[in-house]
Amino acid sequence: MNQPNPMILNKDCFWQLVGISTGLKILLIPANHSTDFEVHRNWLAITHNLPLNRWYFDETSEWTLDYPPFFAYFEWLLSQVAKYIDPRMLIVENLNYESKATLYFQRLSVTAMDLVYVLGVRSCMSALGVVRGSQQFFAGNLMLLLNVGLIFIDHIHFQYNGFMFGILLLSISALLRQRYLWSAFTFAVLLNFKHIFLYLAPPFGVYLLRFYCLEQASAQGGSFWRCLLKLLAVGLSPFVVSFGPFWQQLPQLMSRLFPFKRGLTHAYWAPNIWALYNTADKMAAKLLQTGPSAGPTTTSGLVQQIEHEVLPTITPSMTFGLTIAFMLPILLKLFKSSKKQSPLMFLRAVVLCACSSFMFGWHVHEKAILMVLIPLCLLTLVNREDARHAYVLSIAAYFSLFPLLYDVDLYVPRYSLYLSYMAMLYGQLYRMFAGFKGFHWLEWTYMLGFMAIPLYEHVLSHLLGLDKRLPFMPLLLTSTYASLGVVYFFGRYYMYAMGLNWWPQGAASKATATYSSSAKRKRKTK
Amino acid sequence: MKSEILAIACVALSLRSIVSMYSFSGFDSPPMYGDYEAQRHWQEVTINLEPIQWYTNSSNNDLLYWGLDYPPLTAHHSYLMGRIAKIIDPRFVELHRSRGFQSRSHKTFMRLTVLLGDVSIYLPAILGVCVCIDKSFQCKSKLFSFMLLAAYPGQMLIDNGHFQYNNVSLGLAAAAIAAILHGKQYIAAFAFTLALNYKQMELYHSLPFFTYLLAECIAQNSFRLFAVKLAKIATIVLATFFLVWYPWSGSLQAVAEVLNRLFPLGRTVFEDKVSNFWCSLNIIWKLKQHVSNHHMALVCLGFTLISSLPTNITLFRKRCKMGFLLSLFNTAIAFFLFSFQVHEKTILLAALPTLCLLTWWPNEIILFLDVSVFTMLPLLERDGLLVPSLACVLIYHLICKCFCSETKPSSELKAFLNISKIFMIVIVGASLLIKAPSRYPDLWPLITSVIGCAYLVLFLVWGNFRHSTCTCRTVKIKSM
Repeated sequence: MNQPNPMILNKDCFWQLVGISTGLKILLIPANHSTDFEVHRNWLAITHNLPLNRWYFDETSEWTLDYPPFFAYFEWLLSQVAKYIDPRMLIVENLNYESKATLYFQRLSVTAMDLVYVLGVRSCMSALGVVRGSQQFFAGNLMLLLNVGLIFIDHIHFQYNGFMFGILLLSISALLRQRYLWSAFTFAVLLNFKHIFLYLAPPFGVYLLRFYCLEQASAQGGSFWRCLLKLLAVGLSPFVVSFGPFWQQLPQLMSRLFPFKRGLTHAYWAPNIWALYNTADKMAAKLLQTGPSAGPTTTSGLVQQIEHEVLPTITPSMTFGLTIAFMLPILLKLFKSSKKQSPLMFLRAVVLCACSSFMFGWHVHEKAILMVLIPLCLLTLVNREDARHAYVLSIAAYFSLFPLLYDVDLYVPRYSLYLSYMAMLYGQLYRMFAGFKGFHWLEWTYMLGFMAIPLYEHVLSHLLGLDKRLPFMPLLLTSTYASLGVVYFFGRYYMYAMGLNWWPQGAASKATATYSSSAKRKRKTK
Repeated sequence: MKSEILAIACVALSLRSIVSMYSFSGFDSPPMYGDYEAQRHWQEVTINLEPIQWYTNSSNNDLLYWGLDYPPLTAHHSYLMGRIAKIIDPRFVELHRSRGFQSRSHKTFMRLTVLLGDVSIYLPAILGVCVCIDKSFQCKSKLFSFMLLAAYPGQMLIDNGHFQYNNVSLGLAAAAIAAILHGKQYIAAFAFTLALNYKQMELYHSLPFFTYLLAECIAQNSFRLFAVKLAKIATIVLATFFLVWYPWSGSLQAVAEVLNRLFPLGRTVFEDKVSNFWCSLNIIWKLKQHVSNHHMALVCLGFTLISSLPTNITLFRKRCKMGFLLSLFNTAIAFFLFSFQVHEKTILLAALPTLCLLTWWPNEIILFLDVSVFTMLPLLERDGLLVPSLACVLIYHLICKCFCSETKPSSELKAFLNISKIFMIVIVGASLLIKAPSRYPDLWPLITSVIGCAYLVLFLVWGNFRHSTCTCRTVKIKSM
């Protein structure tokens, strides 16, 4: 009777993981949230109290409504529940109102909407052909359901990204299952919730044009134009429903959705090319001894137009041009790829388009990196080379979210959640891919180098007395060091996805491994 | 494998740090506040007064206001933390003036000191236990048992939520258990003596340690070896005691004063509503009206010894590691059920050996863990920790559900487990929804404690049965 009764991991535990993540989200309710909490409370109040034609005009709060109409409708729906919870949160003038009921209501609404995300994950996993109960299945669920980035941004910082990414995953899965019209429809709905996903529209457009309008049409004997019309009708109908009621105030709506008056970089520099550019500019200014220019500088934290001191100033059209230029090659590659490889190519195109816009975009938020990371989770499951690249990016990108969680009480949770996610992912890589060959020593050095930043922020800066003199230093370090990793990932992964093999130890040949065999590889681990 | 162990440790740390964000015992409730203030007050007392005055009533040290009542190692620990507190902000520990001091930065500081205990002592110690269990019993359940030991909600909610430093004493005891399993008896003696000097409640674990080490000495081949081994262990124990008690070593009277603080016979047999035998008996037969406090203490001692003797005799006669773990389990429950001055929180001392048995009887053990959290729920609810408690229990159960064993539990056992769980959920639900009548304001805590007591008695019987039928596999393998 006294034999040990070893318990083994049940890899088919989807709903358990859903429950664990829900429990974690409930635990995080009292965590310090950002002003986005007030933003969403204000939107609840605006949509509940004001007539439709005032929604995009109201300026009682500085946090005006700047998401597309579907999101506004969603807030209106939420407010219908909220009025039973605490009607005072729905008063427009009640700025910064935060009762316990409001806190629980808003936090739990995010958790509840994550159900869409859960469905998206479920649907994507089966669309990718990941066998239930395989190591891939377990790793994928772990990576997506307990995604540390989403926990940071949605459940600590406060936003509804899980819901948005849920729709994105549903759209991707519909596309992978070749239900093209459904995919176009859900993606159009997504665009009307949050317009930042416009950056992902090119791969969707190219894929649908190529494999729905051109291929399917010729295969089924339909005409190209009929298919295109069908696609446009389905894709545009959500826009009609969404923007229809506002058609008389479209200019105002558009100025809210696309505010180009903001600066090149956000108050905290997202880890992209412009963070490096700004740093280079600073250093050059220091070296050339140009006097401090009047007006706000890049690090002053004001959301305003900024001038570079030495290097040429960047304009919105330049960023736009660069973004498009870097999207084109992969889109072309997607267009020319064969049917068999196309799903893998499509996912890579999604990742690279999101990454291009993140690298070169105008006023990019650090949160936007999730648009790269979430689709990458799917690629991690199907190909070991993709997984390798994804891991390097994950180390840098999730780390770069730390400045969002600036409260002292969040220091331990943020580091421990990050470390557990990364360590778990590392273990999963070895379990998923037999003989996973690990990382180059330079990559290791880079990844371990991240440990220096908390060391500086919490210990060295205090010991050296730099925390008062250079208070922005940890932020600067985080964004520049992380941007190195993002740039490295962008370059290497782009080459790899294009099938170019100029890197010394590149394994680009593996990129062409057929989609079906890698996706359906099922490995048994003891 | 290593990265997964790191991942589990970090998950445990993040859960603890998230629970830390919630309220603590005695938050904003003057004049006495709660355990949080007690710990802060000890820092204040220890860094401002000479050690000899720590346990003595004086104008600077009002023992009625959270006087120190843990052994000297706790006081030394408080002293150390107090010094750090003074560097951060002298107002934290100013004599007299800092009473009831609360601020956000102070809360952050105090919470971090608990997390420090978790990271430096508790988590490494339980990892040690898991590794040693794997090695001693040739099984491969390290990841599973470390996950479940590290994420046990009871210890987390009491230490990081309610506010205490059980992680230090439990961690030291766990290190001692790991040392025993690994065959390092001297280290075990040292670690356990430290644990005992941190909290006198570690006496709950002391009998099996004593029995096991004594039996280990007697098992030596010759009398000389026996004497040497015994002398070595005794030296280690006494030297450790001497070091910890050094400030009081000057006079017997000082030692007596400390001892009087540690074993306050003046207090009642149990505090609040505890799931032990005396509290349940008190419902039908008011103890206070029939037995004086000093008599009660003797009765408690007698009952405790009688109930914990069988398992220790078995251990003495059949010395083996499995038996040692079972004996720890039985003795701790017996102490909790029958000893004097028991708190709700002391169930954690029974939970530690229970966690060590996870590898053998996962289903029964998880039921025990549920019961342990269930009996502490009234306490946690008072501290405003109901939501994190329920969320942690939910997470814990789902983590368990991610694992499955090769041998399925029998259908009767399964039925019993399910009925028990549903029963507890119903009681918790009812206690939240139905208000207790004004005549019996403590109705729900009382019901909770009686149910808890019944389960513990059941577990005591179960544990003794398991121990008496234990076949002690590892020793046999060695002798063959």
